[in-house]
Amino acid sequence: MGRTLAEKVWDDHVVRRAEGEPDLLFIDLHLLHEVTSPQAFDGLRLAGRTVRRTDLTIATEDHNTPTLDIDKPIADPVSRVQLETLRRNAAEFGVRIHSLGDVEQGVVHVVGPQLGLTQPGMTVVCGDSHTSTHGAFGALAFGIGTSQVEHVLATQTLPLAPFRTMAITVEGELPEGVTAKDLILAVIARIGTGGGQGYVLEYRGSAIRGLSMEARMTICNMSIEAGARAGMIAPDETTFAYLEGRPHAPQGEDWDAAVAYWKTLGTDEDAVFDHEIFIDASELSPFVTWGTNPGQGAPLGSNVPDPASFADPQERAAAENALAYMGLEAGTPLREVKVDAVFVGSCTNGRIEDLRAAAALLEGRRIAEGVRMLVVPGSVRVALQAVEEGLDKVFTAAGAEWRHAGCSMCLGMNPDQLAPGERCASTSNRNFEGRQGKGGRTHLVSPQVAAATAVLGRLAAPADLTAADPADTDVAVEA
Amino acid sequence: MEKFTTHTGRAVPLRRSNVDTDQIIPAHWLKKVTRSGFEDGLFEAWRKDESFVFNRPERQGATVLVAGPEFGTGSSREHAVWALQNYGFHAVISSRFADIFRGNSLKNGLLTVVLPQETVERLWALTESDPSAEITVDLEAREVRAEGVTAAFELDDNVRWRLLNGLDDISITLQNEADISAFEATRPAFKPRTLPVA
Repeated sequence: MGRTLAEKVWDDHVVRRAEGEPDLLFIDLHLLHEVTSPQAFDGLRLAGRTVRRTDLTIATEDHNTPTLDIDKPIADPVSRVQLETLRRNAAEFGVRIHSLGDVEQGVVHVVGPQLGLTQPGMTVVCGDSHTSTHGAFGALAFGIGTSQVEHVLATQTLPLAPFRTMAITVEGELPEGVTAKDLILAVIARIGTGGGQGYVLEYRGSAIRGLSMEARMTICNMSIEAGARAGMIAPDETTFAYLEGRPHAPQGEDWDAAVAYWKTLGTDEDAVFDHEIFIDASELSPFVTWGTNPGQGAPLGSNVPDPASFADPQERAAAENALAYMGLEAGTPLREVKVDAVFVGSCTNGRIEDLRAAAALLEGRRIAEGVRMLVVPGSVRVALQAVEEGLDKVFTAAGAEWRHAGCSMCLGMNPDQLAPGERCASTSNRNFEGRQGKGGRTHLVSPQVAAATAVLGRLAAPADLTAADPADTDVAVEA
Repeated sequence: MEKFTTHTGRAVPLRRSNVDTDQIIPAHWLKKVTRSGFEDGLFEAWRKDESFVFNRPERQGATVLVAGPEFGTGSSREHAVWALQNYGFHAVISSRFADIFRGNSLKNGLLTVVLPQETVERLWALTESDPSAEITVDLEAREVRAEGVTAAFELDDNVRWRLLNGLDDISITLQNEADISAFEATRPAFKPRTLPVA
């Protein structure tokens, strides 16, 4: 019987397979950042161990880094200690690091792909759940805890429990103004935050094939919000074109050998998935979350749901809690929900295409009075590219703040946070209570919806902007 | 890691689904570089509400958490496990756990036990009506016992063996170091490296 993409990559990394034991898998790339690694390096020191493969390990600073005044000492002493700890550990153990101020610094999941370190058929891990991002290249990539970080540092392997496979087939064309973010939010709303539990998801079908690498990364990134072990997309010409010429991409004969191997990775025609889901891309529309987990989402054109409409008592209770926390009333059209802040950035939507999409809508417009908008590029490279294209000027002219690279307001570990009760349309990945600051209220959206929302001051689709422009009153609004 | 064989203690019933790791330990606590001292951050936001179950005097000293489905979703932060352990928990019972949280818990000797939702409901009813009721989590027998409840649970044999003996994964893996070296020798030349090869 044929094998799926995930099964092929798994099989190619088995170091040891024995009855009654989990498979021991080799790890091709280990990404590190400051938050989940200090205790792992401490563990190595205590046991007198070294990093087995410094040549397969790379560190960057992202979670804690400020996005203003990066040339000054970091104001928060606890954040400073954590960053200094990573720098010290990297120096002591011989790990390559890209610190604040370095041109390759940025969010770990933006940095790996842009350096060409993430390639098809690899196993990639990081002490961060959004490692699933790298699955967009046909890599088996997943987030791990600090004990596993220590295990990979010491052995370059991980013992792993077997997984099940789920195909998410998306056929057809995404309508105008509908993005990869809307698609993945719709998938999560459909299968739930635990729907992917134990599964590696493979996104397939014509709608997925038609997406750019950056859009594919957005989709795979949020696989974890459906509870999945990982998300993957088979490598194709789009993947190869993205990789060719990047600093760590293979060259010459190595490139030919690599591409030949990568072409063998796609799921065999006679392979069988443990579970399958089909989605018609043409039926999708801009999607936003209304609750406090990423599965609590709905089309922007709909209303805040009534908790009584949920048959499952757990879901009903969760919806009641969510509406109370979010300060929303059942039945309110989502388009009438006013926001205080807009955040464009994160490992989900902090890449150049995301910034371009937001800037295209902001060009020649101003963000609404009283709305604060932060634009945080995913990496220094993304920031430099944006500046070269003049996007920073578009953002600042519209009234948004253009910041330095990092995780920023996605999780508010640095000073970029919401105040209690503030409501934010955010291109990040989690709308958990307090995620963007204590008492903050998050609506997850695409970069396009974020930009339209910033201009109108309420949740809005790009099409609403044209409708709101004085000269174009006859444009129909649909979402 | 400490051995886990069997544990008996009072419980905290937590009637919420989708308790994500941001709730278990908020991000600002993650700046600490140790594995200890997270107890005050556990459910920090919810504990500000006086009526929250963790603030009731009869729940002080409880060591078993009985939680709703999808416990531990979201961020991979192992700090969530450390916070629960630092606070005094030895076991968490739920009908569904997020994968990364579950893996992290079992690597630290915090036993996460999966029981059907109807059994969780019975444990909630029992411990809500009688806060002094004790729950026993017996890993040797793979069984949870409380007044009127005896429920078998499943756990992978290998994981159970490691927990019962308090074994450290890295030492076990390094016993197979020869397998790792042999695998490394076969890796294709086109695989990327982060550093120049010496």
